[in-house]
Amino acid sequence: MTKPRTIIEKIWDAHVVNEQPGAPALLYIDLHLVHEVTSPQAFQGLRERGIKVRRPDLTVATADHSIPTTDRSLPILDNIGKFQLDELDRNCRDFGVRCYGIHSDKQGIVHVIGPELGLTQPGMTVVCGDSHTATHGAFGALAFGIGTSQVEHVLATQCLLQRKSKTFQVRVDGALKPGVTAKDIILGLIAKIGIGGGTGCVFEYTGSAIRALGMEQRMTVCNMSIEGGARAGLIAPDDLTFQYLHGRPHAPKGAAWESAVARWKQLATDAGASYDREVSIDADQLEPMITYGTNPGMGVAINAPLPDPSQIADPAQRESMIQALRYMDLEGGKPLLGRPVNVVFIGSCTNSRISDLRSAASILKGRKVNPNVRVMVVPGSQAVKREAEAEGLPEIFRAAGCDWREPGCSMCIAMNGDQLEPGQYSVSTSNRNFEGRQGKGGRTFLASPLTAAAAALTGVVTDVRTLL
Amino acid sequence: MKPFTNFSSRMVVLPVNNIDTDQIIPARFLKITTKEGLDKHLFQDWRYDESGQPKPDFVLNLPRARGCEILLAGDNFGCGSSREHAPWALTQFGFRAVISTSFADIFRGNSLKNSLLPITIPAEAHAELLAAVAKDPEAQVAVDLPAQKLTLPNGRAVEFPIDEFSKHCLIEGVDELGYILKREAAIREFEMRHDPGIDTLAG
Ligand code: SF4
Repeated sequence: MTKPRTIIEKIWDAHVVNEQPGAPALLYIDLHLVHEVTSPQAFQGLRERGIKVRRPDLTVATADHSIPTTDRSLPILDNIGKFQLDELDRNCRDFGVRCYGIHSDKQGIVHVIGPELGLTQPGMTVVCGDSHTATHGAFGALAFGIGTSQVEHVLATQCLLQRKSKTFQVRVDGALKPGVTAKDIILGLIAKIGIGGGTGCVFEYTGSAIRALGMEQRMTVCNMSIEGGARAGLIAPDDLTFQYLHGRPHAPKGAAWESAVARWKQLATDAGASYDREVSIDADQLEPMITYGTNPGMGVAINAPLPDPSQIADPAQRESMIQALRYMDLEGGKPLLGRPVNVVFIGSCTNSRISDLRSAASILKGRKVNPNVRVMVVPGSQAVKREAEAEGLPEIFRAAGCDWREPGCSMCIAMNGDQLEPGQYSVSTSNRNFEGRQGKGGRTFLASPLTAAAAALTGVVTDVRTLL
Repeated sequence: MKPFTNFSSRMVVLPVNNIDTDQIIPARFLKITTKEGLDKHLFQDWRYDESGQPKPDFVLNLPRARGCEILLAGDNFGCGSSREHAPWALTQFGFRAVISTSFADIFRGNSLKNSLLPITIPAEAHAELLAAVAKDPEAQVAVDLPAQKLTLPNGRAVEFPIDEFSKHCLIEGVDELGYILKREAAIREFEMRHDPGIDTLAG
């Protein structure tokens, strides 16, 4: 009998090209996603060596990080950003890589379009020069972020030298209460284990609360695995996964579909398989979460007081808490509730899919946002935008006083001019609250689309359950 | 890649935990399509004031930072994004090693590919080193990669971990891509029996 294996080990084993003593394994990559920021130097490297992209058919590019989210028919005013976007087009043309660029009807945030086009499939290895590649793990794929050198390696060889990670089971059982979402699960996990808690590991999310999530919510959870220090996080595929993929443009069709599903059903972790580490979370106990500090591990339940630095014994931890609260201009020991905010950002690869927009719209419908708050709603892709338009969501957002924009990363990373002013506070559905992440001097509270919509209405940090 | 040689150096000390890549090099400087010029923006938002002038008291702006080849930082250095611009900016500034108690995975991998050595030492040695530099900012440490040894200012040697392969690549200056390209036959053979399953004919 073969040893019981986790899904992580099964995918790993199926992709090892070979192993030589004293060296990491050579791992084959099934899907390589490319964007404008981390690829130019890699394509340049190929040019200098005079080599081609080995598998352009397994490589897909899009423009997302530095593109404007304003009217796409207007010229791009930022010359450096424009040059980077033109470089992506040129590189993809020169190397024969499919590119869903700024004027494509398939353009979108790289982690939104992969699943949407059926490119991301169970059992695959997926990489991208972007740390949120873990998003694709929602389909039972081993998906992780890489640096530009490795982007070059994969372009050239479709392979990576890679060391096996440890396996880490994150078990979430129970049922979420109304107003508590997938975002609160992942923020709750990171608050619990810390931002370095999963370093060296791949998470497998299991348990009844994970099974109960839709595919888009599973993506929200897997997306922020990196914020817990793990390079990847995945969820074994089930009928919901297959339903989502069926009929998507790049998904297998006909007989190939049937055999793919049969193969995918074998992926789930075997009974009796063991993990290197485990943690469990009780979904019944979860509250809507919000971060208050300058890393995603600094999160609390929306009604809870912030930690008081004077109560922290470890001097280094106390010092970083003091520094974070100083940057955020907040006082320890008090709750965030009622804190005025200037901007609400609904978007990013964490929460910009149709169900996220519906969830925000359900709170905003027929109401008006607080006049002191600028509210930006940025769909994750052209496809999400079309779907939202067909459902009349932009009308709901506009009637409430929100700004409905073109798809891209936008204020998640503030590379394209969408940014906070120094000192401003935002409630954002994105994934990082590092100093200056959303604009120099800006201060970010991370939360779910529901919590973000609630703050948009009241102008202050609010428990969405008072508005349900 | 240039072979990594042993060296001794003074240190720039930044004892902050969880320094993320957005601090090392903020995203707005990632619009370049080359690797050059990033050192100017290393720790930009900690290093310059509102008007873009260097803050005189920030460690990188002190005259003694020049010529330091080692950054001594707090726990979990390099967390956050996968931007290789972070090690590029650090090496362009002149750093050849970063010392911490732990590193984020992607940053660690990116650094090794750019001849920047992430040196992980136990918390007590880290504390001892911080205290030594606080007492004498000119204190030096010696890095011996083949022996995996960091010699503290008081002469005590601390071992640091690194996998054999990365160590070999650093010392010999091995080009990783060249190494993978040599395994072309194995890759071709693997491709014959492995179907990624993407319908590539689809629009
Ligand atoms: S939305 Fe934000 S986190 Fe996601 S890929 Fe874009 S910049 Fe990265």
